[in-house]
Amino acid sequence: MAERPEDLNLPNAVITRIIKEALPDGVNVSKEARRAISQAASVFVLYATSCANNFAMKAKRKTLNAGDVLAAMEEMEFERFLEPLREALEVYKKGQKGKKEVSEQKRKDKEKKAESSENDKSREDEEEEEEHMEEEEPADVENEAEEEEVEN
Amino acid sequence: MSENNPDKDEQTSGTKKTISLPISRVRLIMKSSPDVSSINQDALFLTTKATELFVQHLAVSSFNNGPGKETNTLSYSDLANTAEDTETFHFLTDILPKKILARDYLKSLEEMQEEEADF
Repeated sequence: MAERPEDLNLPNAVITRIIKEALPDGVNVSKEARRAISQAASVFVLYATSCANNFAMKAKRKTLNAGDVLAAMEEMEFERFLEPLREALEVYKKGQKGKKEVSEQKRKDKEKKAESSENDKSREDEEEEEEHMEEEEPADVENEAEEEEVEN
Repeated sequence: MSENNPDKDEQTSGTKKTISLPISRVRLIMKSSPDVSSINQDALFLTTKATELFVQHLAVSSFNNGPGKETNTLSYSDLANTAEDTETFHFLTDILPKKILARDYLKSLEEMQEEEADF
């Protein structure tokens, strides 16, 4: 649950960047306009969530899935988003799968090594460190977004 | 266009990032809706991506419909007009109200009161 109302805002710096990238170069976006777009984006999330949730409820499911979100876009008459969304999801899934396969492979390698040389402790430690680093990566990305927010 | 905006995200991770809004924040907003119990990862990703597309779409539509092309500006009134004129953006009219002058507002208030007095 959100503890402060500003928790329901999206980071201004990221919103501003998306706006600037979408518009031709050199367009001046007033502060008021940026704030309004950011609020509109939050409302969009809520509206999309509520539409998607209706589809999930109709199907007697408790968890929102990708199909619900896509159906919501159609209901909201944002059909133009469907194609780019499907493409992005494809890329995202491939990325997730890739990550999974890498960690799966690592785990198998580790098991093999552990079997073949149980007394080779130093090597195992090294591998563990590697895994920790991997885990930290997504957190970094999140932090960056948070930092940007502070800047404004 | 993107050449002028150095993308920090692409430097932090080797793989090209597909979204720039923080997923955790989007989840927080989604969860603030009382009926929602859980959201799977793909639905969360899609909503985040859709929000980015929406921001682009709203900004571009408002800029193209507005008078700001000559002055190279996007102003609040462009957004308010788009919310009112475009059907897909109608749900925004509550948070993007058109600005009116106080004297116009008072005038319409007076008119309303006069109408009521007529009854």
